[in-house]
Amino acid sequence: MAALARLLGARRDGPGRPLHWTDIASYAYLAFGVVLMFGPVLWLVFSSFKTQSALLEFPPSLMPMAQVEVTVAGQPNPLPLFRATLPDGSVKELAQIRRVGLVAQMVDPAEPDKTYRVAIDKREPVRKVALATENYTEPLRQFAFLRFLSNSLFVTVVATAITLLINSMAAYGLAVYEFRGKTAATLAVIGTLMIPITIVLVPVYLVVTELGLVNSLWAVILPGAATPTGVFLLRQYMLTLPRDLIEAARMDKASEWQIYWRIVMPLTLPALAVLAIFSIMWRWNEFLWPLAVLTKTEVYTLQIGLAAFQGELQTQWHYLLAMTVVTLAPVALVFVFLQRFITTGIGSTGMK
Amino acid sequence: MADLKLTGARKAFGAVDVLHGIDLEVKDGEFVVFVGPSGCGKSTLLRVIAGLEMVSAGEVHIDGERVTHLPASDRGLAMVFQSYALYPHMTVARNMAFALENMRLPKAEIDARVKRAAEMLRLTDYLDRKPKALSGGQRQRVAIGRAIVRDPKIFLFDEPLSNLDAELRVATRKELAALHAELGGTMIYVTHDQVEAMTLADRIVVLRAGRIEQVGAPLDLYNRPANAFVAGFIGSPRMNLLPATVIADDGTLRLRLGAREIAVPQATRGLRAGSAVTLGIRPEHIALAPDGGGQLDLTVDLVEQLGSEALVYAGHAGLPQITLRLDGQSRLARGATIPVRFSPDHIHLFDTDGLALPRP
Amino acid sequence: MSDGSSRPPGRPSAGTARVPASARWRDRAAGLAGLPVALALRLLDPLMAAVQRLIGAGRMPYVFLFPNFVFFGLFVFLPIGINLVFSVTGGPALFPSERPFVGAEQYAYLFDCGSYLDPSSCREDHFWRGVSNTAVFVLFQVGTMVLVSLLTALVLNRPIRGRGFFRAVYFFPVLLSPVVVALIWKWILQRDGLLNAAITSLGGQKILFFVDPSWAMFWAVFVSVWAHMGFYTLILLAGLQAIPSDLYEAAEMDRTPRWRILWRITLPLLWPNMIVVIVLSLIKGVQTFDEVFVLTGGGPGTATLMVVQYIYETAFANQVQNFGLAAAASVVLGLVLFALTLAQLAATRMKER
Repeated sequence: MAALARLLGARRDGPGRPLHWTDIASYAYLAFGVVLMFGPVLWLVFSSFKTQSALLEFPPSLMPMAQVEVTVAGQPNPLPLFRATLPDGSVKELAQIRRVGLVAQMVDPAEPDKTYRVAIDKREPVRKVALATENYTEPLRQFAFLRFLSNSLFVTVVATAITLLINSMAAYGLAVYEFRGKTAATLAVIGTLMIPITIVLVPVYLVVTELGLVNSLWAVILPGAATPTGVFLLRQYMLTLPRDLIEAARMDKASEWQIYWRIVMPLTLPALAVLAIFSIMWRWNEFLWPLAVLTKTEVYTLQIGLAAFQGELQTQWHYLLAMTVVTLAPVALVFVFLQRFITTGIGSTGMK
Repeated sequence: MADLKLTGARKAFGAVDVLHGIDLEVKDGEFVVFVGPSGCGKSTLLRVIAGLEMVSAGEVHIDGERVTHLPASDRGLAMVFQSYALYPHMTVARNMAFALENMRLPKAEIDARVKRAAEMLRLTDYLDRKPKALSGGQRQRVAIGRAIVRDPKIFLFDEPLSNLDAELRVATRKELAALHAELGGTMIYVTHDQVEAMTLADRIVVLRAGRIEQVGAPLDLYNRPANAFVAGFIGSPRMNLLPATVIADDGTLRLRLGAREIAVPQATRGLRAGSAVTLGIRPEHIALAPDGGGQLDLTVDLVEQLGSEALVYAGHAGLPQITLRLDGQSRLARGATIPVRFSPDHIHLFDTDGLALPRP
Repeated sequence: MSDGSSRPPGRPSAGTARVPASARWRDRAAGLAGLPVALALRLLDPLMAAVQRLIGAGRMPYVFLFPNFVFFGLFVFLPIGINLVFSVTGGPALFPSERPFVGAEQYAYLFDCGSYLDPSSCREDHFWRGVSNTAVFVLFQVGTMVLVSLLTALVLNRPIRGRGFFRAVYFFPVLLSPVVVALIWKWILQRDGLLNAAITSLGGQKILFFVDPSWAMFWAVFVSVWAHMGFYTLILLAGLQAIPSDLYEAAEMDRTPRWRILWRITLPLLWPNMIVVIVLSLIKGVQTFDEVFVLTGGGPGTATLMVVQYIYETAFANQVQNFGLAAAASVVLGLVLFALTLAQLAATRMKER
């Protein structure tokens, strides 16, 4: 018990003290965490560069490998290269012409005239690391993934811009003014906090239909544009700005709109940045609502395209994995650059 | 430049009355200081004039024009805030130019005005800095500069010196006085510090609990306070206010003060014997008397030596502690008994309501 | 936190502190997304000035609130009303006026059960499968989540090197989309996947994880915890770091044993944050859909069918779109979420105290 408590104990010792076994246990735990959290993602990335045949291998290899192929004079197609153990015990690199039952007919690329017959358990493929980049280029060319990508980008950018604009306006109204109905408006915002789209899926679908937006990207953008979380976050931040600044601007003959965009907005930039990053994340990753409202392939976002892709083409893992990496990459990039900012931002605002 | 007139200005926040009907006129070019303890309504009064708060009743006129319901941005006044309220994301130059841009002045005019104000306030080298890269005194000057460039009808100051350290406060106070002399604008200045009020004002308005207690030139207030509150508020150290009972009022007023009886050579309006009054006497108007010639014997509690003068805090049975200001350095020790005299011309008398009894 | 960001992020700082790289990148990112916004703000200036002249400064707050509330009205308040209408009407039509009133029939149908403990005895057994699956899922998911997050936060709160890095590692999956998360794990867990390779190399037999109902539920919970624990760890870590260090120093001066410090100081002071974590993860857990949907498709059979998947499929994916039934189920789910949200507000208030 004491040992466990020590392991979990609060930080109290300064640096430079000798390592206790609990420190080692902590680092072991954290190292395990690194493997468990990063490992699957790395595995995905490695796998996404494997050829279709390499993906079917069991047990799988870690690195994307491909069998070396050689062109042999007198043979129409490139042949796979093997390391064969010959009956005399010598080992030679041979290309396989064809396989008949348990025996492979093989040829030495150096001497194209000489053929060998080798039992198939006496040969091993010669492999080298090879990135199957066609996993990426093919679906972007063949399928509509480029379209999905641009749809997702459009939704993310436009929705975030709208969210920033209208949420900051509402937050400014609630933070700076006293007016009739302010309490009611605040309560209404709190109320919407309790209504996730899950609950109103069907009627929102009706509203979107009535607005003639089904199967349009605007159907994805508009319903989630006014976020109560965003209004609250910005309002809380604006409340910390000194009232004097606003009154000084008023004395300086600024109109209310000017006070909003020339004084308050620039000073709210840190909170706006938090909201922007979260909005980008929400929109890029959004799934249920687009799934319900987008039924035509040409308006699919990346997430929907990905989900549909795995349904249709269960076996085409090589494309699916590559497209998963494409979907994940922007988020990972954002995270690498803004990691500290995001984690501290979440820690202090408690939003996600 | 403009004059200002308030008539019956009231302000209530919910059920709480903050201003109870203020009547006041400020003349063109005058420097008027609102002074009073915290919560007296002086800041609210300033904000009502600014238009940041609207009066609940009454009227506000600027330059003879009724502006009672005009919002702050349309009144043409400039204000220096206690916190300075500099826009943190703008440079000094942009801070000063902001209002001029809102007025849609031509660019050249804006630049010229900002340049002139910056020269006047020794800010030329700091025009490209943001406020957080300035010292407290510099920020203060930027706040003033932001008001100057506007060439406003009236300058409003809301405790502008309270965030400065003591030395800087004295220096800036002098600069403000010089600035007023140079610009000649109408200025209204709020402070809780009566020294600032005394040194800066053409006229002081003393406020208490939302009402004007007295309006007048600094020395008038000092010499002839209208009531015990003003008497106690203006002047440092405070005037001694001592409870006394009238023994007789026949040509000379005779009062019982503690265990002693003192005569006050003032003709008064026939106070009835036995009625209570308050006797006010400033610390510098009490003098040590030769042995046997004192009106009152005091026991020294504490002596504060300030070098050029000494403050003596002394007691007498039945009276609150009395403060004396003695020139030079005092050799009095704690526990010593000192006979004192009140300078007869400087005795103030207040009735039970605190109002000053008229002097001859 | 440890990296000198004890002040809230980006709060205007008083000093002329060095701008950290993350802030620079943050500002760039915000600038990029904010560019159209900034442009809109500037373009609207003359219009808004005219509006203010027209209606007076006193009515401007309504102008500021207007756009946001149009959206709220269209996509939240109005739908709540329509949802209620849907739930008391029947038929396949989408437009409320074309739907015949059926009273509480939809609710009665949903709740028509032989025994509420046995989903197969219900007429709408899929709904009750969803309810019981969601209950099991939430129970295990929240329990595991809280324990793992707490353990990780306590370890991260120790004086370790590279805390920022480890914190980021645990947090990283939070940003991934549910679809991506599900596909990553589906790839690992498939028949010839990495995990089965590991099992066979240790001499075991391949396991068909998505064919066995218990394994499917296990992995649904596991993947969900994997994806979200970083978020809750951050909340708890922030709570731990808010505990003043002089409390620990005082306890040390009193020669308090470490386990007693943990039980009597750390955990009680962390309790408000724990409540927040529990309630938040409950609210999110009840709404679980996408990860599990992509990972298992709700299967095998209905072994991992969640309530939200039931609603989605009833309304949109089934041959016969039954909007009324889906709406009734939404109302039921909404009531549960409402209760949980009230609990959350109470918990937040407790935390503020």
